[in-house]
Amino acid sequence: MSRLRDKLEAGEFVVTGEVAPPKGADLASMHAAVDILAPHCDALNVTDNQGATLHLSSLAASKAILDRGVEPIFQQTCRDRNRLALQSDLLAAWSLGLENVLMVTGDDPRAGDHPNAKGVFDLDSTQLAQVAVGMNEGRDMMGHELKGATGFYIGGAMFPEAEPWDVQLARTEQKIEAGIRFFQTQAVFDMDKLERAVEAVRPLGAKIIASVLVIKSPGVIRFVNEHLAGLMIPDAIADRIRSAADPAEEAVLLAAEQVREIRQIADGVHVMPLGLDLAIGRILGEG
Amino acid sequence: MIITRPRDWSRIIENLESIGARRVFLMGCGQCATVAHTGGEPELRETAERLGEAGYEVTGWTVGEVTCHLNGTKLERRKHQEAIDAADAVLVLACGAGVQTTADAIAKPVFPGLESLFLGTVIRNGVFEERCQTCGDCVLDKTAGICPVTTCPKGLLNGPCGGMWNGMCEVLTDRECTHVRIRKRLAEQGRTGKGTLAPKDFSTALKPGAVNIRDRKDER
Ligand code: SF4
Ligand code: SF4
Repeated sequence: MSRLRDKLEAGEFVVTGEVAPPKGADLASMHAAVDILAPHCDALNVTDNQGATLHLSSLAASKAILDRGVEPIFQQTCRDRNRLALQSDLLAAWSLGLENVLMVTGDDPRAGDHPNAKGVFDLDSTQLAQVAVGMNEGRDMMGHELKGATGFYIGGAMFPEAEPWDVQLARTEQKIEAGIRFFQTQAVFDMDKLERAVEAVRPLGAKIIASVLVIKSPGVIRFVNEHLAGLMIPDAIADRIRSAADPAEEAVLLAAEQVREIRQIADGVHVMPLGLDLAIGRILGEG
Repeated sequence: MIITRPRDWSRIIENLESIGARRVFLMGCGQCATVAHTGGEPELRETAERLGEAGYEVTGWTVGEVTCHLNGTKLERRKHQEAIDAADAVLVLACGAGVQTTADAIAKPVFPGLESLFLGTVIRNGVFEERCQTCGDCVLDKTAGICPVTTCPKGLLNGPCGGMWNGMCEVLTDRECTHVRIRKRLAEQGRTGKGTLAPKDFSTALKPGAVNIRDRKDER
């Protein structure tokens, strides 16, 4: 049973974290991160060739985490697989016991470590969500009956701070209509914008898990602003980290403040500790 | 129209040298390559001069009216039969379709003089942008006349993706996101753009494409 679904649908606040599968076949470093984060989280996202860079597959890593007794959120990007591969991976995921899936478009290959790769994008994330809905109802995307339906809890990405808002809102409504039940947001810095998003989405029956990015150093600010698409750290926050005597400590305090606010606004929080994994308890305000 | 650019000169010379050609006939095209300033009269003159300087003899040249039109290009061959007979090779300043049509019409080694890039729009003289991938399953009816297949670098039918920022594209950061443009234009026209565009039917774009409207009469 998906604990993530149960808690969200019951109106309980959830905490999710995130791990990256290794670039290589050795899972030790991922498991080390899992062991630190999992006690504080209801589920952990497992990224899928994040940043268009090669990693062990999210499918295998999600299963490995499940076997460790932790609930994964299997991420699927549309960048690397066509509709046959996406569907067979979805079937594989369900057969392995993975219940939460997060559908994302995926960064352009030119942003990653294989810039010569062909971006597939046979389906987009909305279409992929529709496919998963169909599989939950026992059919593939051609309408053919499946031997055994799936029962996925289907999530998508949301960008409360990316303007123009009317475009984002229309996009979010489109995703909900396509069957997305929960959103995990891009890192949130402006709580008013988060509130605006929650107010728009709640009446439509979807849940919002807002993300907190722990900015442990000025280097992270540079990296995010220059290399991460669809995200900008605002000056006020950047200045606070840059001028701090101990940026890492300041980042933890800032993240903890953000978590406190998010608890009042959203349905859950997604923590991206970016190397400060050991501080997750403090970030979540667990004393 | 088909947008082309001149092929690297060194490759052209390499091609001619590969068969030991000394005498060359030049074929241009009066349509796209003329508008693209790659295969019209001025470009043919310039190429002829350059070949002359490089020690080749240009036996003749012509700008075919529509070089990708097989019968027209055969006619062009008959008009210039003598000069073509005298040549060791034909260099074609037209798109790949024009080169192939010439190769079908003229029984000589035929080489491309241009690189064919895309099906585009002339924004203004000399400025071209790709607009259509001839996918055979057009969605412009639903996207306010803006092609997401071509102009969104990811080719997403539904968007924007998460990389969009302040209305701009994640990949081509100096360009407005296609899906922002689509949604804006739909809204301006009072169209809702609700719903999700269905996955593309890629069977309509299987290569090579072929159409025969002579058969079509029977279907009606
Ligand atoms: S949808 Fe297809 S046919 Fe229509 S403009 Fe785009 S590529 Fe061309
Ligand atoms: S930002 Fe817009 S145009 Fe650029 S890749 Fe994403 S959806 Fe396509």
